[in-house]
Amino acid sequence: MPIEQTRLERMIRDGIPGADVRIEDLRGDGDHYTAHVTSPAFRGLSRVQQHQLVYAALKGIVGKELHALSVHTALPETVGNTNR
Amino acid sequence: MSAKNPVVDQIRHDLTHNDVVLYMKGTPAFPQCGFSAAVVQVLNHMGVKFKAVDVLTDPSLREGIKQYSNWPTLPQLYIKNQFIGGCDIVREMFQTGELQDTLQKNGVETAATV
Repeated sequence: MPIEQTRLERMIRDGIPGADVRIEDLRGDGDHYTAHVTSPAFRGLSRVQQHQLVYAALKGIVGKELHALSVHTALPETVGNTNR
Repeated sequence: MSAKNPVVDQIRHDLTHNDVVLYMKGTPAFPQCGFSAAVVQVLNHMGVKFKAVDVLTDPSLREGIKQYSNWPTLPQLYIKNQFIGGCDIVREMFQTGELQDTLQKNGVETAATV
C-alpha cells in the first residue's frame, strides 16, 4: 500500500527529534523507500537498536502498510568527513 | 508471549541447534523476495553454511519471528543465537568486514577461514 514520502519523513522526524532524514523513493511507486537517518540519538546503540528506533518512529507501518523500507542510520560526525 | 507457544519453541530450538540461521521468504535456491535473495548471496559468497527457514510456509512463524526479535521485516539473520539484522545491516557489515569478524569470533567457518 503506497505511503506518501512526506508522511514518512514527518513520522521519522517526529519520532527522533532533530534527526536529519533523507528519503528516496526507489521505484517511484510509493512502496519501496530508502531512509537515510542521521541523528546523535544513535550514539552508543548497536545497528539493530538504531534501526529499531526508526521502526518505532514509524509506529508499526513497516512490514504492514509499507512493504519495503531500506534503512541506513548514521551518527552526525560520520557523514561527510570533508568538513574536518 | 507464553513459553508454551510452539512457534517460539521452534525458533529457540533452531537458533540453539544451528550456528547460522536465516529466516527468509522462499528458499536459498528460490528466494521470493529481493532482500532475502541478497542475504543468501552474501552468505554463499562468504562460503558460510547456514540453516534457511522459509517463513512463507507458516504464517504463525512469519509473525512469530518478528515478535521474537522485535524486528518488523524479513529476512533476519542470526549467528549463534544472536540477532544480527536484516538485509541492510548484513550488507553493510559484509562491506566493512564486520560480518567476517563476527563469524570468526563465533567460530563459524567461512571460505576465508585459513
